[in-house]
Amino acid sequence: TKTQNFCRNEYNLTGLCNRSSCPLANSQYATIREEKGRCYLYMKTIERAAFPRRLWERVLLHKNYEKALEQIDENLIYWPRFIRHKCKQRFTKITQYLIRIRKLTLKRQRKLVPLRRKIERRERRREEKALIAAQLDNAIEKELLERLKQDTYGDIYNFPIHAFDKALQQQGAESESESDAEREEEEDEDVDTREFVEAEDSELSDFEDMDKLETSSEEEQEEEEEVEKKASHSKSKGKMPLKGPARRKRPYIEIEYEEETEPTTKTKAA
Amino acid sequence: GDGGGVAEPGGPLAPQRVLFPPTFSVSEIKNKQRRHFMFLRWKQQQRKEKLAAKKKRRKEREALGDKAPPKAIPKTIENQRVYDETTVDPNDEEVAFDEATDEFAPYFNRQTVPKILITTSDRPRGRTVRFCEQLATVIPNSHVYYRRGLALKRIIPQCIARDFTDLIVINEDRKIPNGLVLSHLPDGPTAHFRMSSVCLRKEIKRKGKEPTEHVPEVILNNFTTRLGHSIGRMFASLFPHDPQFIGRQVATFHNQRDYIFFRFHRYIFKSEKKVGIQELGPRFTLKLRSLQKGTFDSKFGEYEWIHKRREMDTSRRKFHL
Repeated sequence: TKTQNFCRNEYNLTGLCNRSSCPLANSQYATIREEKGRCYLYMKTIERAAFPRRLWERVLLHKNYEKALEQIDENLIYWPRFIRHKCKQRFTKITQYLIRIRKLTLKRQRKLVPLRRKIERRERRREEKALIAAQLDNAIEKELLERLKQDTYGDIYNFPIHAFDKALQQQGAESESESDAEREEEEDEDVDTREFVEAEDSELSDFEDMDKLETSSEEEQEEEEEVEKKASHSKSKGKMPLKGPARRKRPYIEIEYEEETEPTTKTKAA
Repeated sequence: GDGGGVAEPGGPLAPQRVLFPPTFSVSEIKNKQRRHFMFLRWKQQQRKEKLAAKKKRRKEREALGDKAPPKAIPKTIENQRVYDETTVDPNDEEVAFDEATDEFAPYFNRQTVPKILITTSDRPRGRTVRFCEQLATVIPNSHVYYRRGLALKRIIPQCIARDFTDLIVINEDRKIPNGLVLSHLPDGPTAHFRMSSVCLRKEIKRKGKEPTEHVPEVILNNFTTRLGHSIGRMFASLFPHDPQFIGRQVATFHNQRDYIFFRFHRYIFKSEKKVGIQELGPRFTLKLRSLQKGTFDSKFGEYEWIHKRREMDTSRRKFHL
């Protein structure tokens, strides 16, 4: 295909820069132009070449397509074929695009809003910074844990932390007070018993002690393990609950000492 | 040390202690090279002084031990935020009354079940289409319909007739979604957002399965002002009221400095103090552009709030949501 130049003259018929379609090169020329939706036929003849102001003669064309074509024919009756043909072609194209404009204005128009680059950049940067400040994962995790604490999930999850902790703490408090009291009493008794035991039934008592100590330690271990299992179930981190029941073990040991004192008391009595 | 405008361009850098006479200003030197050099020297000196001050402060703090004053809280934008007079007080009666009577009341009273229509602007391209589909899986009870040139004004009465409660329109530009219009249907408010950083499911680095059909929980963070409250309720009304905890899915709308981040996760409680989350589902950020009172109407709508750049973007510490 050939490359062609466009003509910049506003009265050009075809739009291309040729000898035959240049309004300056031809002294007899005609064009169709439209203004505000109405089409006009412009004509230029040799006779008016000396009067630039009256050079272009303008005829308003009919709104009806066929009648306008007849008008063109009637005005350009003895004119060269080329100009007549091109005029009609141009008129056709103009009417078609006018129709399209009218149709589009009835439909929804897409409004183009220009983006401002500086503002875009600023907003993007701010969004990045806000994302970093938000710490989304932490926030979500915190919120979920809060909801778990506030029991919104009901009984689905088996970490009834609060209840268990409270119960254990209560138990711990009770056993602490008990064990303290018992320990005080038994310390006194221990002081007494030791004196007696050492004097009379030392070896036996020691052996007994050893056995009982072993069994008691075994029991202690077992019970401690049980407690630990329970604790691992509940996954409580505090050492308090362990100490509570564990503290109870010592009273048991001390009780064994009490049994030994009985024969001494009997002997005493006797 | 050196005083005044005496220059050592190109030579070794300044001596340890440089004394600048108090009336000296680096900007008064006409020669650019010298000025640059002097400025660098001044900067170095400032930095040294700052470091020395820090060390001194730290030593003082250690010396005082327990009696030292508590560490200063660093200033953040959230700390320094300009107090917004429309911040909602949790015990505010007026707000509570308003919320009991606004357009979302039927939802919060469990009278309506949300049913959502998701659509796009004309001729959506691939990314937008996929995003719509994923969004439809995230929001339960939602349907995607393609808009083949239909006018929104005519869709809306049809939607209301078919019992839809919300309409989401995703606007597209150059093959990526960039806007979201969310309107509550029976004559509810319409919010227009600008959407950015949209990530589809395959772009998110995780190996999770698809979101299931369970109703997710909803987390709304940081919606403090009146405007934020109403937007938050709008988001909440998209999801059915009773979340199914078996599904262990949570949708989060987190507001930070007027940007709303949407994430969709699956969580699992490892212990009562630890939770693990795994991101599934698309993610995007929204920025509110305008809030209209009635349903979508660009010409005659009554705007409750529009983002006006000249007036509202003047301060860096002022946020509206």
